[in-house]
Amino acid sequence: MKRSITRLLMAPSVILLLAWMIIPLSMTIYFSTIEFSAYNPDQNDFVGLLNFEFFITDPAFLPAVTNTLILLLSVLFITVVFGVILSALIDKPFFGQGIVRVLLISPFFIMPTVNALIWKNMMMNPVYGIFAWISTSLGLEPIDWLSTYPLMSIIIMVSWQWLPFAILVFVTALQSQDTEQKEAAQMDGANGFHIFRYLTVPHLARPIAVVVMIETIFLLAVFAEILVSTNGGPGYDSTNLTYLIYNQALLQFDVAAASAGGLLAVVLANIVAFFLIRAVGKNLTV
Amino acid sequence: MTLTQQRKLKTIITGLFAWTVALVLFFPIFWMFITSFKTELQAISTPPSLFFEPTLQNFVEVQERSNYFHHALNSVVTAFGSTIIALIIAIPAAYSMAFFPGKRTKDILLWMLSTKMLPAVGVLVPIYLLSKDYGLLDSRTGLVIIFTLMNLPIVVWMLFSYFKDLPKEILEAARMDGATPWDEMVKVVMPLSVGAISSTALLSIVLCWNEAFWSITLTASEAAPLTAMIASYSSPEGLFWAKLSAASTLACAPIVIFGWFCQKQLVQGLTFGAVK
Repeated sequence: MKRSITRLLMAPSVILLLAWMIIPLSMTIYFSTIEFSAYNPDQNDFVGLLNFEFFITDPAFLPAVTNTLILLLSVLFITVVFGVILSALIDKPFFGQGIVRVLLISPFFIMPTVNALIWKNMMMNPVYGIFAWISTSLGLEPIDWLSTYPLMSIIIMVSWQWLPFAILVFVTALQSQDTEQKEAAQMDGANGFHIFRYLTVPHLARPIAVVVMIETIFLLAVFAEILVSTNGGPGYDSTNLTYLIYNQALLQFDVAAASAGGLLAVVLANIVAFFLIRAVGKNLTV
Repeated sequence: MTLTQQRKLKTIITGLFAWTVALVLFFPIFWMFITSFKTELQAISTPPSLFFEPTLQNFVEVQERSNYFHHALNSVVTAFGSTIIALIIAIPAAYSMAFFPGKRTKDILLWMLSTKMLPAVGVLVPIYLLSKDYGLLDSRTGLVIIFTLMNLPIVVWMLFSYFKDLPKEILEAARMDGATPWDEMVKVVMPLSVGAISSTALLSIVLCWNEAFWSITLTASEAAPLTAMIASYSSPEGLFWAKLSAASTLACAPIVIFGWFCQKQLVQGLTFGAVK
């Protein structure tokens, strides 16, 4: 009796998520195998893998996949490495800790569209931006960030958003670190670097795994920053898979190719997730 | 130098360093904020002006031209609406998994998490077409449904990780007194977890407020929340920085201030309780 009640309590969540996963996904699979014409929606001929061929041979496909992975790995690297170092450095009592914490976390709460606008206009604009002003003050030629280094500009924006999250997670985790252990190591003559390398970093293994997992979920889906700042360009230099598919679905109304692309994005996410969920699953206590 | 002096010096250096990092990371937000009080000419002046006579003209114009309050209301309705529905669906599930775990519980939890790994863009076409067929395009209802489903796994996970830390003895005591599982949930577990439930709600609200992919693709004007409104500013108004900053400040201020008060719970929540 008890068993059936607990199942009943779980049912709404499980059924809804199952539906949310299966219905649209199977529709995507269906659309990806037909010839779809917006002018003649009733004529849906089965074309096999033609749409996939079309999508993969699109000149934008390869850059989009590469950009997606570069963006993911760069931001993960920047946020984890700087996050660990910065959090270890500020994990001591100092004046105004509360305010620093509040200032640090703020970028995380800025919506992606605003993030992109701030950086595009006020920071990176080659004429009126802060970076341009710094360059000219130093006697250097100002850089047009968004057209010269489009992908790097996006990486900067996204890292700015996620670095605070990583720092705060690590700082929170460090507060549970054993201080006696640290003091004992100091007594034995360990220097700051040794303590960081052999005590702090291992202590952070689990939080790092968690940060990597959460960020991956969001980083594979970066969209608004690109839409607002570079529109994927110049050329395909800052187009990622999400943006490419959006472009094909809602700007070119190519439902079939966009569906094929969507499935490829799912496959890519699954490859990444396969490694991540396995690595992180061990670290999460269930 | 004595040991205490050394320690003092260390504290000062740490403090200076921490403040520098924090101010550098906060600078773009600060700059957006003060630009919103400038005139358009001051906004693009070189060298950047830090001292000027503040004006509120930009805020007035933003409200007049893009109807800020309409979009803000959309954000509030979709964020709060979907959060409440997600909680109603998730609390029983998390409760049953935390207190009556079966052989499959861990698998179900990991599967729920894996639905978050499904990229939204993989189902963009069907969701767009379904929304169109059911008249949910550019409607708050449509967005609430999507947001609810989008955040459901995170909400379940977070509640689960809180619930499983509650002492089991309390439930056993209630059961001795003849309480049914439903009674236990409503009368024992939920009152004990007010804090946990509210921080879960906060996280869900923040994620909805800042959600951009579905907001931009599924709404146009009627139901567009603030994220979509700002995106519509991206090209034609691109050069009016002061107005843009005013709109951005208005769009972010509620959630940033909200976030300041509960940053600790939010970070804990987003790491599924794995980092405490």
